[in-house]
Amino acid sequence: MSSLKWAVTVALVSLALVLQVSFFPHLAVHGVVPDLCLLVVVAAALVRGPEQAAVLGFVAGVLLDLAPPADHVAGRWALALVVVGYVAGRVRPDGTDTRPTATAVMTTVAASSFVGTSVYAITGLLLQDPVVSVADLLPVVLIAVVWDVLLTPLLMPGLMRVLTALEPGRA
Amino acid sequence: MAVFSTGPRSGERYGSRGPRRSVLVALLLACATLITLDYHGGTDSPVEPARRAMGEVFGPVESAAAAAVRPVTAVPDWFRSRSDMRHEIATLTAENSDLRQQVNTSGVDRNRLAEYDDLTSAAKTLGQALVPARVIGIGASQTFSRTVTIDAGSKAGIAPDQTVVNADGLVGRVLRVTSTTATVLLVIDAESVVGGRIGDSMQLGFLHGRGDLGRSGRLDLELVDDSVVPSKGEVVVTWGSQGGAPYVTGVPVGRVTQVFSSLRQTSQRAVIQPFVDFGALDVVGVVVPSGTRSDRAVVEADGRLQ
Repeated sequence: MSSLKWAVTVALVSLALVLQVSFFPHLAVHGVVPDLCLLVVVAAALVRGPEQAAVLGFVAGVLLDLAPPADHVAGRWALALVVVGYVAGRVRPDGTDTRPTATAVMTTVAASSFVGTSVYAITGLLLQDPVVSVADLLPVVLIAVVWDVLLTPLLMPGLMRVLTALEPGRA
Repeated sequence: MAVFSTGPRSGERYGSRGPRRSVLVALLLACATLITLDYHGGTDSPVEPARRAMGEVFGPVESAAAAAVRPVTAVPDWFRSRSDMRHEIATLTAENSDLRQQVNTSGVDRNRLAEYDDLTSAAKTLGQALVPARVIGIGASQTFSRTVTIDAGSKAGIAPDQTVVNADGLVGRVLRVTSTTATVLLVIDAESVVGGRIGDSMQLGFLHGRGDLGRSGRLDLELVDDSVVPSKGEVVVTWGSQGGAPYVTGVPVGRVTQVFSSLRQTSQRAVIQPFVDFGALDVVGVVVPSGTRSDRAVVEADGRLQ
């Protein structure tokens, strides 16, 4: 069961990655596309908690770092999504079985998107890869947050339902 | 039921009291290791084989996804208003009369064509054959770099450090290939540097991508000779590298739109508007040596398909 669970989850992340690279650039605002992989990681964090979400964040991040057309220093998205998975998982309400409210999900996605894109951008600044000014970073981060929040009502309920169904004992 | 106690690696010992720090620390260390390996490795970094492997897997998937999406992205073209069509008729009529005029002056053109023929044969000896390809994946602005994936790789005869062009001009260069795809660094990326030559004065300079995000993209031209002032509207072509890698010579890049002279740096800086519309990249050609073996038709320098 648990290997099936991870296989389906990784398949979800791969699907998100392909859509992000091949479909959403046609709808991109100022070149910015929604972070679908980040949404999957956040959904996992809300359903499965910080530890598993951090592991999934690492997997998703490595995929984003290595799959074409990526050309940045590998490990940057991995780091960003590990942080996102862990932080979003800690935000999850403690009474495990209670479903998070819509507002809580929205807020978590907005915060995660901001943190994720910012961590990625800051590692870029530190490594000089590529050389971009802070003035250029900010609008990109903000557009990414708006994109992710807009897609939340469309994608998150479905994602969370799929991930919940994969939990042993619930299926 | 506690979610933490269900995972394969989590909480067997700790119940639902919170995550184990060790997993987080291990993951963060793994990220740091990966970054260090790739950052110091340069072009022969140990991560490169992993990139290639990932490209082999995701390349065909991206190809298929792009092909599936193409009809959908063409939908806006179906909806054209009457005024659009009227405009199109007007344009076509104008074009028609232009063409008629050209037919009447074909004698002059034939002489000119003879000159072009010479140029073409020169091009033939340069060996500028093109492998056609389509863009199947575009890097997001969030990555702050400008790269695309194309659907031709080593099977099509493409190798790293080859020039990529389209009908309008220079697009970029090939960074790495898999068997079916290649990653292209666009000239507008902040890390891209191309040797450029101003067409009118033959002055040499370096074109740096400005790393503009979004659909547009511009280049900065820094001239080798500080005393030369480029003028607005001048065309910049590639200067060319030794052996044609990564850039072949004489590919049009763009036009000078602005010139800044800074007193402090005593140098001239010009902003170049590229001919290529990087927001609407689709069909591109990769410059390969003439006679390259490929899994698809190669456009030879003389326009023949081979």
